[in-house]
Amino acid sequence: MSQSPHHIDVREFHHRAQAAIDSPKIRRNFRKAMDGLISKRKTAFEDWDLDTLRTLGANIRLKALAQLPDLLVQLEQQLIANGVKVHWANDSEEACHLVRDICLRRQAKRVIKGKSMVSEEMELNHYLEEHGIEALESDLGEYIVQLAEETPSHIIMPAIHKNTEEISDLMHDRTGTERSNDVEYLTASARQQLREKFMQADVGISGVNFAVAETGTLCLVENEGNGRLTTTVPSCHIAVTGIEKVVTSLEDVAPLLALLTRSATGQHITTYFNMISSPRRAEELDGPEEVHLVLVDNGRSSIYQDDELLDTLRCIRCGACMNHCPVYTRVGGHAYGTTYPGPIGKILMPHLLGLDETRHLPTASSLCGACGEVCPVRIPIPDLLVRLRQESVDGDHLHPARVRGHGSKRSAMEALAWKGWRWMHTSAGRYRFGTGIATRLRALQPQHLGAWTRYRSAPRLAPKSLHELVRERQTSRGGKSS
Amino acid sequence: MSAREQILQRLRQRQGQPLTAPPCDFSVMEQRDWSEAEKLDRFERTLESVHGEVHRVSRGQWLDRLAEVLTTRGTRNLLAPINHWIGSALREAQRDDLPPLLAYDRPIDGWKPELFNQVDASITSTRGGIAETGSLILWPTVDEPRLMSLVPPVHVAVLEASQLYTTFLEAMRAQDWAAGMPTNALLISGPSKTADIEQTLAYGVHGPKELIVLVIEDDPV
Amino acid sequence: MADRIKVYPPKPAKVYFFGTCLVDLLYPEAGLAGIQLLEREGIDVLFPQGQTCCGQPAYTSGYHDEARAVAAAQLDLFPGDWPIVVPSGSCGGMMRTHYPALFRDTPQQDRATEIAGRVWELTDFLLNVCHIRLQDLGEPTTVAMHTSCSARREMGVAGVGPTLLGQLSNVTLKEQVRAEECCGFGGTFAVRHPEISGAMVSEKVDALVDTGAHHFVTTDCGCLMNIAGHAEKSARPLSGQHILSFLWERTSSGKGGNVK
Repeated sequence: MSQSPHHIDVREFHHRAQAAIDSPKIRRNFRKAMDGLISKRKTAFEDWDLDTLRTLGANIRLKALAQLPDLLVQLEQQLIANGVKVHWANDSEEACHLVRDICLRRQAKRVIKGKSMVSEEMELNHYLEEHGIEALESDLGEYIVQLAEETPSHIIMPAIHKNTEEISDLMHDRTGTERSNDVEYLTASARQQLREKFMQADVGISGVNFAVAETGTLCLVENEGNGRLTTTVPSCHIAVTGIEKVVTSLEDVAPLLALLTRSATGQHITTYFNMISSPRRAEELDGPEEVHLVLVDNGRSSIYQDDELLDTLRCIRCGACMNHCPVYTRVGGHAYGTTYPGPIGKILMPHLLGLDETRHLPTASSLCGACGEVCPVRIPIPDLLVRLRQESVDGDHLHPARVRGHGSKRSAMEALAWKGWRWMHTSAGRYRFGTGIATRLRALQPQHLGAWTRYRSAPRLAPKSLHELVRERQTSRGGKSS
Repeated sequence: MSAREQILQRLRQRQGQPLTAPPCDFSVMEQRDWSEAEKLDRFERTLESVHGEVHRVSRGQWLDRLAEVLTTRGTRNLLAPINHWIGSALREAQRDDLPPLLAYDRPIDGWKPELFNQVDASITSTRGGIAETGSLILWPTVDEPRLMSLVPPVHVAVLEASQLYTTFLEAMRAQDWAAGMPTNALLISGPSKTADIEQTLAYGVHGPKELIVLVIEDDPV
Repeated sequence: MADRIKVYPPKPAKVYFFGTCLVDLLYPEAGLAGIQLLEREGIDVLFPQGQTCCGQPAYTSGYHDEARAVAAAQLDLFPGDWPIVVPSGSCGGMMRTHYPALFRDTPQQDRATEIAGRVWELTDFLLNVCHIRLQDLGEPTTVAMHTSCSARREMGVAGVGPTLLGQLSNVTLKEQVRAEECCGFGGTFAVRHPEISGAMVSEKVDALVDTGAHHFVTTDCGCLMNIAGHAEKSARPLSGQHILSFLWERTSSGKGGNVK
């Protein structure tokens, strides 16, 4: 049912971006949604000392990363003591195998899923279906996206690119639901269909928002209740998560939760905060008999090696960076062609796919800094974008590049142009001579400057540079020069 | 070498500077100083802002209010705990204005369709509430299993006003959660909802469409 | 980060003026206006003739070796301990927040860090160090303002421009919708991703035109040539000016006539 994102060539970013920009519908859908999210977030933090709270959030994540291997071992020990089975996967492929093996052992044919971006990263649905296991998304947004055979366009609101009419048409075509613009009706219809699926499902698969090492607790944040159903109704629950999601203690969860929901959707808290520490115990009447946790590396341990790039792993997946990103707002999530779109995708995907395939992503930013400003754990996203730009052209001999595919964007022409620029700007004499010529020949200045003048008139050179004006002033005043 | 060992080795043999854990100052989380009355007001306001319904009742009145709430909705049955005082009080009351009581007295595997399709409402206790976020704390038990607060379209929760905490952090500290977590612990803050269709809120997408909280206030001595 | 705590120095006798390459070649009148505003506050302005560019274009393009070489050529221009004022949030941000990282692990590290600590965005300096009081000599007019992202977020001066304009008794400032959203300039971004940048600037021009003002001022020449350039190309009724040019014109009797 689901389409593999591998059909998408990430390098075709420009074409997809252009198509999105040319689509009034996409522009309108995203603008409306992002405006709403920005204003809700602002209101949600009104009575908070947000800068201090963000610092706490950043420090809690840094603390966990500083002890990452020890915390993972502690988490594993606690979970095992609680009766949860723990599995480790180097990459998506291994993680998919692990999930399939559990399903096979339990003779599971039907899987119901809660929202999980790591499972999107793994392309798990696609994999399971190739192996004869039905995997059905139960989060309404994910369900819609799956019906449309698409991928999520936002990490929190997967179907944000669609309006009600499109969803109504889609549900009509795929499930026979009557066409309606009544959102309550459409929602109720999905509830009906999915309730059946919940009752029939053999396995429930979810993500994890925070994994608490201290107590061996898996925390899930959600509004719909599908996450609770997924982790409670089927007799087996498999949670998949990136290895960076671990936190030290239960107390650490409180500030992160306060930051996460307010940053994401402007909610004080989501409807459900679901903390799972064990499978069904002997006398209990519901809950899964088996709970598994699959810890997925998939490039994270390589990000972990670098003092600067490490900050990427602080992310708690709130999506605020994309909500506030002027580029994301214009092109929407699908233009990126990656599991994680927007600013966080631009700094995360190069590690997962290599800089060769993702080379256009770090440059697709005006470095306006809106993402870094709202990040609840203070990831310096603009700085990391600059770092990845440097890596993609091997631009710094003092700090050698280390990301897979580094240097793939370097072109001899461009490198030469920057060498020329350097030659011009490292000598006051050459600069003065060059700018003198340019200002004097300004009448010959071209009016068409490639991509610049597609949308703007050409800037006009001044008759005299500021250097020259200052010199003239000093001469006329008989003043000193400096 | 197993994947576990490979991953741990890559993490342990990290290049770059040694990482040190920064101090974490939680004081920003501890600044609210609300009186009991403010806590209740805040709880009520916040929960109502997300479509929850809050009724303040005295200990002697809660059954009357429950009957009223359920009658208005035409509730045909009510799933209630067996051992908790809420359940015993309901069963002992023998009131005509309350719907027939159901019990969650066997493993879910035996009565899934019935629970999913035939139960109109449930009532559970809570382990407390959180004023700042308008949340209920539930630790499902054998007497009040996990799906009890999730599957029926109406969930009634009973909260003792004296068990209102200011924040989640305060609650978990006061109840010493770190000493041992249950199979499942929950914060519930309103009815089930979604905004996945064009940012339009719709309730009851998977869980209850209505959350009704009876806050029991003890009469001042 | 905009929430960094700034400690303003006492008003100095002299400042170094770093004009930036865009001001130098395209908008020298803005630089001169800045110099004149400072001089009117009784400050002696030192303009090192050896200055070229802060290095930012290469830095944000990933060519850090080139950026470092050009930036290094600026480090010797400010031998005294006077503040360095810059008529741009963007170049100011480069020098103030990125020089220390750019020169990390090099012999110039300490000097770059020392210089970074002396860099101030010019309007911020006028308001919060000089405590300037502006007397408006111009006719009643209405303007909109666009604060550059770097002025807003790297230099933390979002409130400065509106405050200065507020001192002008005959000027009505109209606030644009989504004031904090980027105009789409972003240096080489504008030519690497012209379709996205074009969509951004077109919406920015809409927002400014919708204020009803026909004129806007900005802290940065990058935004100026982007926004005004798009307005001109698409024949929208909007002209733009660097805020320093505007402030000087409104408050000098020569109406800026002594600039050229």
